Amino acid sequence: MSPPMLELTQVSVEFPTDRGRLRPVDGISFRVEAGKTLAVVGESGCGKSVTALAVMGLLPQGAEIGGGIRLDGEELLALTPDQRRARRGGAMAMVFQEPMTSLNPAFTAGEQVAEALRLHQGLAPDAAFARAVEMFARVRIPEPERRARNYPHQLSGGMRQRVMIAMALACRPRLLIADEPTTALDVTVQAQILALIDELKTESGTAVVLITHDLGVVADHADEVVVMYAGRVAERAPAASLFARPQHPYTIGLLGAAPRLEGGVARLASIEGTVPDLLHPPPGCRFAPRCPFALDRCAQQPPLAAILPGHDVACWRAPLDTLLEAAA
Amino acid sequence: MWNWLLKRLGQVLPTLVILSFIIFGLQQLMPGDPAVILAGEERGDPQVLAQIRAELRLDQPIWAQYFYWIGNVLQGDFGFSWRIRMPVSDLILEKLPVTAQLASMAFLIALVIGVPLGILSAVKKDTAWDWLANAVALFGISTPNFWLGIMMILFFSVQLGWLPPSGYVPLWEDPVQSLATTIMPAFVLGTGVASVLMRHTRAAMLTALSQDYVRTARAKGLTERVVVWKHALRNALIPVVTLGTIEFGRLLAGAVLTEQIFTIPGFGKLVVDAVFNRDYPVVQGVVLATALIFVALSLLADILYMAINPRLRQA
Repeated sequence: MSPPMLELTQVSVEFPTDRGRLRPVDGISFRVEAGKTLAVVGESGCGKSVTALAVMGLLPQGAEIGGGIRLDGEELLALTPDQRRARRGGAMAMVFQEPMTSLNPAFTAGEQVAEALRLHQGLAPDAAFARAVEMFARVRIPEPERRARNYPHQLSGGMRQRVMIAMALACRPRLLIADEPTTALDVTVQAQILALIDELKTESGTAVVLITHDLGVVADHADEVVVMYAGRVAERAPAASLFARPQHPYTIGLLGAAPRLEGGVARLASIEGTVPDLLHPPPGCRFAPRCPFALDRCAQQPPLAAILPGHDVACWRAPLDTLLEAAA
Repeated sequence: MWNWLLKRLGQVLPTLVILSFIIFGLQQLMPGDPAVILAGEERGDPQVLAQIRAELRLDQPIWAQYFYWIGNVLQGDFGFSWRIRMPVSDLILEKLPVTAQLASMAFLIALVIGVPLGILSAVKKDTAWDWLANAVALFGISTPNFWLGIMMILFFSVQLGWLPPSGYVPLWEDPVQSLATTIMPAFVLGTGVASVLMRHTRAAMLTALSQDYVRTARAKGLTERVVVWKHALRNALIPVVTLGTIEFGRLLAGAVLTEQIFTIPGFGKLVVDAVFNRDYPVVQGVVLATALIFVALSLLADILYMAINPRLRQA
């Protein structure tokens, strides 16, 4: 097994707020290998994006990060702010959810891609712009020469997200974090963008962290999956294993709540209750108040333990599938 | 773009016509009979009064007076000062450079203080820097110009003897002396504008800094300096440029009190003297010139807004 490109060990993030200390991420661990895609799945507010921003070092001031984040063996949290800044856009890059607002309206799309190349590869302005045009062609923007001279408002949402991807990949990062890269886009454009990320990943061996709440996307594009709930890892497994034998009640709920086109039965299951208030999280397993299988024991946090090879779950009642089969 | 410019110019025309009505109309509302004032010691003689009235066309109906006035204005003839016996246009051309110099210096001072202070307080929001910058802005806005002017004269001229307390030397006659006579009034005028610019720069920067594209810029690995001074500032300046142009217009319109305190022979002083003397043509001319400057500058503000905002350029 090759060493991981990205490894998170017991990462926690805390924010001081007016109403007390908020801990949106609480002891997250996972690893991503080069050329692989790890999907981070969960509801809004489960800490997916905060985890991504923690890796990038883009959390707002006042946030405190604990644990360890290693990129290609280098501990990022031990670096100075300036050293971390130098990694951003070079060794690791991020694509955001909002293509409409993520580009600066005052500069042309090409300039914004060229800027990263000038900074990290020391290219002269002309050479950087020429490279940016090449990148536009690589992410399959038609008429790259002309589009590079366009301002963001002259580009469609899909095209802008391609520009963001071109920008992120321009300096050949070892890690790409894509935070809901297709949520704001049309379905057809979604598929194209994800296929593009897959292709570029295979070509350059980039490790990809794909943050999404779309399980269809996970099934098609992820090698590994981390299911997050209320700031913690509920389940962590290879994608195939997760879909075949989901073990955590929350994962089962999520899979049940995902709309399916095939099968003909248009019934949508839902998970009862709401996400807990992270200022006052329930003791023990945070899913327990909503869990149909909860026991008294769930008042203590279950450890993340292997149920199958490479398939970890944080639930006292796992393996649940045998339980479910017995009930059926 | 050109269509837009033409349309915008089309809007200027009715504005100017209405302006001319107002300027002419206001004159008629002023108390006192100009003929009586001009007659001086002979004010008891009805024949003298009638002669003056005929000479100045005061005996004609108001609309005739208006058309006579506006017809001349269109030919560049702003009339003759009743008091100083000089063409109004000459008076305006004589005073305009003085006020323009003062306004430019004041605006430069405002820019140099206001914009960086606004950026600083936005970047260092809720820190001692922010509070300090806001305190400076509050001081600039709430200090009356006449008081600050007098205090500066007391300190720099009377106490230290560094600067002349009043008067004016044209720039082309003696640049150093010219700057020495205008630096204090320019500072007094500039502080108020600096405060306005600071508050607006701060607000615009705070908005810009919270935008997604600033996060993208940071994700690219740019230094905070580039993020702030290039990515955020470029967008934040769009509203500030518009505001700055209008503020510059206000400075050009003359600063009545400040010019009085420092005895600077600019627009402000010209118009005050003319009002006290009921020198209608001068008042009309100065007000009209001021209005024209304003209309031109607000047009310029719009053009600048177009030029620096790529979203509007292609529209």
